[in-house]
Amino acid sequence: MNKGKTLLNSDSSRKVFASLLSILIGLAVGALVAVIVGLSKENIGIKGIWDGIRLILLGIFSTGRDTVGNLTWGFNPTSWGNMLFRATPLIMTGLSVAVAFKTGLFNIGAPGQYLMGTLATLFIALEIPSETVSPAIIWLLAFLGGMLAGAVWGAIPGLLKAFLNINEVLACIMTNWVAANMVTWLFDISNLKNVTEGTKTGYIYKTTFNNVATSKMGLDKLFPESQVNGGILVAIAIAVLVYIIMNKTTLGYQLKACGANRFAARYAGIKDKRNIVLSMAMAGALAAGGASLYWLSGNTEFYWITYQALPAAGFNGIPVALLALNHPVAVVFSGIFMAMLNIVGQQLTTLTAYNEYITDVVIAVIVYLSAFSLVIQMWLGRKKSKKGGNDK
Amino acid sequence: MTFVVQQTLLFAIPLMIVALAGVFAERSGIINLALEGIMIMGAFVGVYFVRLMQEYDVFLDAARLGNYWTLQGLELLAMLVAAVFGAIFSLLLSFAAVNLKADQTIGGTALNLLAPALVLFLVRILANQNTLQMQVGDAASWFMIKKSTFGVDKNAQWGFLGETFLNKVYLATYICILVFAALSVILYFTKFGLRLRACGENPQAADSLGINVYKMRYAGTTISGALAGMGGFVYALTATNCTANGDVAGFGFLALAVMIFGNWKPLNIALGALLFGLFKCIAAGYGSIDINGDGRFLLAEIGISSHLYRMLPYLITLVVLSFTSKKSRAPKAEGIPYDKGSR
Repeated sequence: MNKGKTLLNSDSSRKVFASLLSILIGLAVGALVAVIVGLSKENIGIKGIWDGIRLILLGIFSTGRDTVGNLTWGFNPTSWGNMLFRATPLIMTGLSVAVAFKTGLFNIGAPGQYLMGTLATLFIALEIPSETVSPAIIWLLAFLGGMLAGAVWGAIPGLLKAFLNINEVLACIMTNWVAANMVTWLFDISNLKNVTEGTKTGYIYKTTFNNVATSKMGLDKLFPESQVNGGILVAIAIAVLVYIIMNKTTLGYQLKACGANRFAARYAGIKDKRNIVLSMAMAGALAAGGASLYWLSGNTEFYWITYQALPAAGFNGIPVALLALNHPVAVVFSGIFMAMLNIVGQQLTTLTAYNEYITDVVIAVIVYLSAFSLVIQMWLGRKKSKKGGNDK
Repeated sequence: MTFVVQQTLLFAIPLMIVALAGVFAERSGIINLALEGIMIMGAFVGVYFVRLMQEYDVFLDAARLGNYWTLQGLELLAMLVAAVFGAIFSLLLSFAAVNLKADQTIGGTALNLLAPALVLFLVRILANQNTLQMQVGDAASWFMIKKSTFGVDKNAQWGFLGETFLNKVYLATYICILVFAALSVILYFTKFGLRLRACGENPQAADSLGINVYKMRYAGTTISGALAGMGGFVYALTATNCTANGDVAGFGFLALAVMIFGNWKPLNIALGALLFGLFKCIAAGYGSIDINGDGRFLLAEIGISSHLYRMLPYLITLVVLSFTSKKSRAPKAEGIPYDKGSR
């Protein structure tokens, strides 16, 4: 038997192919939208449409426009570094949603858990004086504290689901909004509101105000003038850790057994209620960890009057996990891919008459296709077996 | 009191009608997580329709002449258009869920992502900003039913009922209540409703009796889409002054919560929506609620933080649910793609 052929026909490669196909179709739809809108608006023109399409497909390689107004291409370290920075929280919330999915739970509560992580992290990072405690220790405390807060917040819907039979989607939606209000409340009565930079209202201090910031770990040399930092490496390490937990330990096996069939798992002696709570707590810790890494970077400041809107980083974990088919290591790649689309959207806004929301359309189409990725996989399999004709 | 009732209805009506949208989908066996997305779509389409009509000078004369009843016609048309587009948009979900037997949660999530992306993209292109407004005037001046609509002087006294239910209200509110009642009757007292519910409970049995499960599921989801689209526009009209910005403040998800809260039954849903609306109203206007009419604002004087009031609707929902959830029963076949071959 030809080894290359078995690789092509294997289940996991079919999954990868299905995902890649979804991505291609998604990008094609994005380009199509650009064409339709471009043709219906007279201020865009053929050149504008062509620029738009090229940016949608290859925007990460864009370096702006030259003096004549043509797009220029090449390695843009700022874009790449910013992409990795933005991928960090996406990878974490993606892992959060994926872990819950594996246990048969839909964690739509990632935004709330993300907010609770933000709350705990910022309080710890900014309230402990860095004159007396080493910033490295504060960093670690803030990171772990954020994850702990998220774990507690995630465990609430888990407990409600396991012991009171409340639908986890419902409980997550409610806890999301409770978190949004609670975060606003606690920051409102805190002394962390940024008052030194007078032009900005409604923001919390950056963690750099307390000398706490994630180490760059040399990444700023690779990608100068970007926001990249060691957080992305932490996120990748955590993804590998989650992979090991889910696939190589008893705990992971039990979680997945509960996801496959909660009652069969109980019959086999697995404590299904405990595992549901545990899975949601893990998911909460991961989503909150994403928030910790994002704010500890010291790059951005948190807008604390958040009770009317939930953070997009939480919801975006859902498409990241879906595109990765809930595989922890694949989440790293899909997270980076989503962050890339984000950068592409920025390029579109600054360089063309289009705007960044076109890349959101691309993401939505990809998620829609991933809903029936099984059908695509079957279709791919059928085509392959016709060609090969030997895998009966 | 007038203020409390009107504010409560403002929040409760969109929730109620969209929760009923959820019921129609789930009772036919399809989880419609896309309510939020469909609402966003409906809100955009409705507002854009009003804007287009204004751009093409239709109804402008009516507005100039103060012919408010004609404008009510425009409002109804916009609701209809929003409903039609909501229904069309929901076909994406039913196609994936029925024909391709896809995961319904993921399909719904995709629609929830698609709607705000598409709407914000178009709004930015159309209006060069993030919010789409009416071309001329606003919801209050064009569509709100006031005393002047009836040709009565502004200072006339109408008594409690008149002031509450006829002054400063929208026709859309009452249309929604009528539609809600009519569809609840259809769901429970007609052959169609019975068949629809059967498809959500035991599609195999329904199929064996000659009911086309696929068609019924399409019907349920399409009605659901129409209702959610209409609800989205009603929300945009009454709560955000006829603007669309790719956001309905999570009302689609809250409607989902109200639906589960109401145990998939219309009457309970109406009560749940009112309860939730009341607490939303307290959160929004606790500082100006005068309960017994003695001119004192009791809730503001207690001195509890406004943040707590805003949290209350969600906390109360969770608490009530933890007492009632043991009895909660979802349609048995919801979320399971129907496969003729399986047993």
